[in-house]
Amino acid sequence: MRRRQFLVLSAASIGGVLVYSLDRRASRLFAQEKSTQTLKIPLRFFTEEEALIVGAAAARIFPTDDSGPGAKEAGVVIYIDRQLAGPYGRDRYRYTQGPFDENAPREFGYQDKATPAEAYREGLKGLKGFDRLSPEEQDKKLQQIENTHLFALLRQNTIEGMFSDPVHGGNADMVGWQLVGFPGPHMSYFAEVEKHYGEAFRPKPISLEQSLGRKVPTSEDEDRKS
Amino acid sequence: MKTLPSTDVLIIGSGWTGLLMAKELSGRTPHSIVILERGRPRMPEYIYGMDELEFYVRKHMMQDPSTDAIALRYAANERSRPIRQFGAFLPGTGVGGTGEHWGAVYPRLMPDCFEMYSKTVEHYGKQKLPEDHSIQDWGITYQELEPYYARSEREVGISGKAGNLNGKKIEGGNVFEGPRSSEYPMAPTMVPYFPTLFGAAAKSMGYHPFINATAIPSVEYTNPDGVTRPPCAFCGFCERTPCMIGAKAQPSSVYLPVVRQRKSVSLRTGITVRRIVHDKGPGGGRARGVTYFDESGEEIFQPADLVILATYTLGNNHLLFLSDIGTPYNPSTGKGTLGKNLTHQLQFGVSVFMDKPLNRFMGAGGTGIRMADFDADVFDHSKVSFIRGGVIGATMTGTQPISAFGELPNSMKAPRWGSAWKKASMEWYDRVANIGFGGEHIPYVGNYFDLDTTYKNPAGDPLLRMTINWRENERKMVEFMNAKMVELGHAMGAKEVNPSPGYGNYDVTRYQSTHIQGGTIMAATPDRGVVNLHQQHWDISNLFVIGASTFPNSGAANPTPTILALTYRTADTIVDKYLKKPGMLA
Repeated sequence: MRRRQFLVLSAASIGGVLVYSLDRRASRLFAQEKSTQTLKIPLRFFTEEEALIVGAAAARIFPTDDSGPGAKEAGVVIYIDRQLAGPYGRDRYRYTQGPFDENAPREFGYQDKATPAEAYREGLKGLKGFDRLSPEEQDKKLQQIENTHLFALLRQNTIEGMFSDPVHGGNADMVGWQLVGFPGPHMSYFAEVEKHYGEAFRPKPISLEQSLGRKVPTSEDEDRKS
Repeated sequence: MKTLPSTDVLIIGSGWTGLLMAKELSGRTPHSIVILERGRPRMPEYIYGMDELEFYVRKHMMQDPSTDAIALRYAANERSRPIRQFGAFLPGTGVGGTGEHWGAVYPRLMPDCFEMYSKTVEHYGKQKLPEDHSIQDWGITYQELEPYYARSEREVGISGKAGNLNGKKIEGGNVFEGPRSSEYPMAPTMVPYFPTLFGAAAKSMGYHPFINATAIPSVEYTNPDGVTRPPCAFCGFCERTPCMIGAKAQPSSVYLPVVRQRKSVSLRTGITVRRIVHDKGPGGGRARGVTYFDESGEEIFQPADLVILATYTLGNNHLLFLSDIGTPYNPSTGKGTLGKNLTHQLQFGVSVFMDKPLNRFMGAGGTGIRMADFDADVFDHSKVSFIRGGVIGATMTGTQPISAFGELPNSMKAPRWGSAWKKASMEWYDRVANIGFGGEHIPYVGNYFDLDTTYKNPAGDPLLRMTINWRENERKMVEFMNAKMVELGHAMGAKEVNPSPGYGNYDVTRYQSTHIQGGTIMAATPDRGVVNLHQQHWDISNLFVIGASTFPNSGAANPTPTILALTYRTADTIVDKYLKKPGMLA
């Protein structure tokens, strides 16, 4: 049993506020005093040091800039942490029998042995201190590892954390969806689909739990019960 | 091993074909029927289907490669590697199978697809056929299958417009299709914005666009079995997910409601079928039943008088190989039939960047507009260096941001991450969509199924192996269509069109289509196919193999309508002939 690890974030850094109750299910509140409040988020997979590195890398891949919020506000690191602790992290749905052929042509897909969890744990060792570098130095470091498996995972998981339903821990306050005008799960556009030809139609985003009016089980949470 | 009481009919698989067979046999005969399903009854989870991460990215409804992977190699003299995660094709699992997460496009095959060999030779001579092809006529024709297509369209509930009614060409439908005996039961669906632009461009260029025929109701629809489905709401969560309101036709919403009422049918889930147990004998062997692991892992023998193998193409092949039924195909001698004529389908797109927002989160499965001007042998091939063709079209299935974010015009040469990438991706996010191509994949001597010699599944059985690669006919066809599609994109008023990079080697990471055919193909004589024209196994008269595994070649059309038409026809044969006098039908 590893020592419990936490990620401490200022409330202002994650748009709205994610508050984690003791049963580790995220519940959402609106920011009260944005500037002073801090949040202590229990980590499921990362050590605090690893979480800071991943959070910093995600924030360079999908930065906060004058076009709007990025990975930091969306809580992408929380999303990745939960995924890696769940069935995705241990490759529950991948064929993992050997022999492994690391030199297989690209067209055969990822053929290595390492699970996503193992690839992060091993790969992050090479990024020690990354979170304390300047943004320019961080970009330079990421350019150096751009062709690695770790970077491919970081990039893909960052996009997932920006745009997946908030129930998975990222896309806080649906900031990702607002960036691109994706409205989330609405039950019907029957009356709309042939209207709005050539003009932007942008319904207000809602999450799956808001749409259904009930708790939604996720594979990463179900996994922790079994 | 525990032996259960015998059943009259045993059906392996509860997808489109298994449930249809159960519905027909239970409605028209008193026989007891057991259906075995590998996956679970999933319907309670469907309400959660509007979640891109779980359903599109993690592929919640798909076959689990950790237990059911496939091995792949490009040629017999190369090493194989397992497809560790599905990508080029996405077979389903659970009650309803792959039919629960399809796009629901519902076209018939072109009539000459059934006679690809003789029609090509007739028009262009034998020298036009690719050197290493293994094309052979099906032995049945479009005309024989037509009444079954029509029946499937009424029961599944199809929206569309006929383009050829009893030989009369009708503008607005697909004027190149084979003659139909009846109009579709529902008018075409609504069409989202982007496909309407495609349709207008195609028309302006002198082509013949039409609204896709789809198993997506344009109005509330009640089929001849009394099953009612609501019209589609265009919620945009469709392919890779089940329908949240039961509009899109799925085995669970079309056939299961009927099968559930039948007391003679029992459906068992969580079952891993291991072998079809059979006796070999002169003049044909006999299936005695199947062995399987139930959900608790106990091994069971289920005896049966009639066995119907009704899984996806991959499972049909794998189970026959593992059960040692039939003669494996040998590509160097051409002898043997099991595994022969593995075909996939060509599918690629060009990205069309527009100046107006497309609202592409609204959509439904295969709704959109197609043109068949370059399908099959519709156009003259004497001046091109390939045979056959496919359909070009634009659909709006509903787009989600994890999959779609980051598609940029080639001219931008943008980085793949960072602020410039983010801004450009946001700018283009809702202004890019695809013109797509779906084309025929002809069979070759060197593309086939067998058992892998290295990789095994958790039960210790060898994985099914695909030996497959693209060849010149595919590469030339893609090059030709690519150019036509770029032209169409510009005619739509595109700011820019990214062409397809073309076809290199078969790529398991790039989605093609979940349309894999062959391996247990039908033929009029046992030396040329695994099953006869009634999909009855040539070696074992009480074993039927149904599904796209019996197609001798692919079409450009999506295969489900043809799979179902053949299944209706086989069901009629079993009820009207086989059960009255069991034995080889031939």
